[in-house]
Amino acid sequence: MTGAAHPIIAESELESYIACPSCDALLRDRNVGANDIASCPRCHSVIEAPRPLAMTRIIMLAFAALILLVGALFFPFLELEAAGMVRRATLFDTVAVYSSGLNAPLSYGMAALIIVIPVVRFASLLYVLGPMALGWYPLRYAAPVFRFAESMRPWAMVEVFLVGVAVALVKVAGLASVSLGPAFWAFSALVVVTVFKDNFMSRVTVWKTLDTRRRS
Amino acid sequence: MEDARHATQVLTAHAAGLIGCTSCGKVHGQGAARCARCGMPLSPPDGRSLQKVWAWLIAGLIVYIPANVFPMLRTTNLGRTTDNTIIGGVVDLAEHGDYGVAAIVFIASVVIPLGKFAAIAYLALSISRTVRLNADRRHVLFVIVEFIGRWSMIDVFVVAILSSLVTLDFTATVRPGIAAVSFALSVAFTMVSALSFDPRLIWDNEYPPRAKGTEA
Repeated sequence: MTGAAHPIIAESELESYIACPSCDALLRDRNVGANDIASCPRCHSVIEAPRPLAMTRIIMLAFAALILLVGALFFPFLELEAAGMVRRATLFDTVAVYSSGLNAPLSYGMAALIIVIPVVRFASLLYVLGPMALGWYPLRYAAPVFRFAESMRPWAMVEVFLVGVAVALVKVAGLASVSLGPAFWAFSALVVVTVFKDNFMSRVTVWKTLDTRRRS
Repeated sequence: MEDARHATQVLTAHAAGLIGCTSCGKVHGQGAARCARCGMPLSPPDGRSLQKVWAWLIAGLIVYIPANVFPMLRTTNLGRTTDNTIIGGVVDLAEHGDYGVAAIVFIASVVIPLGKFAAIAYLALSISRTVRLNADRRHVLFVIVEFIGRWSMIDVFVVAILSSLVTLDFTATVRPGIAAVSFALSVAFTMVSALSFDPRLIWDNEYPPRAKGTEA
C-alpha cells in the first residue's frame, strides 16, 4: 500500500482524521469553533464554517422561506394590461403552460424545480435541524432526510426563475403595460432568505452534530 | 508541477489505504460500503465515475441540437405566426435595443451550455492525460461549472412565463415551441454529468505512480 514515508493509520485513530470531501486529502480533524473556517490546505475548499446559533437561524430562515413560497404560489407575480384587458399570471399558470403536446413532461419538471423541490428542501431542513436547535436528539431518519435535502440543492431553482421573470418583463414591456405582482416581491425575499440560509449552512458541521447527538 | 510546494506534502485518504466520505469527510477503513455517519455510498476515487460523466455529457450534447434547430417560442401576432429559435430570440431582443437582456439570454442559453460541454470534456480528459492547467486551476474550473449550470434554465422559464402572460385574449399569443423540452433536458443532463464528476480525480493525477499502484 503506502511506502515507509507515511505511517499507516490505525483503525482506532480514524476518528481523529477527516478526508477533504472534494480532494480526499487526509487531514487531522479539529473542533472548529463558531466564526472559524476550516479549509483544505490543498484544494482550498471550505470544509467547515460554523456560525454562532447557525441551527436556530437556519430554522427561522427555512420557516420564513416556506411562508414566502406559499405567498409566491397563490398571488400573481406579473400583471399585463393591454386594450382594457388584464391578465395576471400566477406560478400555477406558468407551470401549466407546458401541459399540452410534446412539452407535457416539462410541466412536471418545472413544477418540481420551482415548487416541489424548494418546499421539500425547506421542510426537510426543519425536520433535521429543528431538534438540533432545541438541543434534542435527532429524529428518526434524520440522516437520510438531510442527505436527500443536500442532494436536491442544485435542483432548487427559485433564483433562476426570478431572473427569468425579469427577462420576460423586458420582453413584453413593448407589447403592453406590465406591472409586478405581490408574488414577485415574495420571490425576491425568498431568494434573499435562501442566500442567508446557505451562508449559515455548514454541511460537515451538521453531520458532526447529528453524529454526536445520536450517540449521547 | 507548479503547485508542488504544498500539493506533494499532502497524503490522501486513498493513498493511506482508507476511504473518505465525499459528503461528510468521515474516514473509513478499506471495505466499508456506506458512510457510518451520513449513509452516503463510499467509493474510492477510481475512474469509474468518468463513464457516467461521459454518458450524461453525450446525452446532453445530443438533445442540445434539436434545442437550437427547432423553435423555442411561437408568436402569433394578428394572425401572423412567427417561430423563434433560441438565437432568433436573442437577435429579436437586440433589434429592439434591449442589449442587456439579449446578453443575459445569450450567455445563459448559448455561452454557458457550450462552455460547460467544453469544460466537462476537458476535465474528464485531463484525468488520464497531462494538461496545461494545474490541479488548482482545474478545481476552480470544476467549482464554476458546478455552480453555473443551473442558470441555463432561464430561457425555459422565460418561455413559460411569456406563454402564460400573453394568451388568447390579446392580439398576440405566445406558445412554447418543442425546443423548450429538449433544451431543459440538455441543461438537466449536463448538470447530472457535472455532479457525477469526482473532483478527487483532479488531485489524484498529481501522484500518478502511487495512486495507480493501489488500485491494481
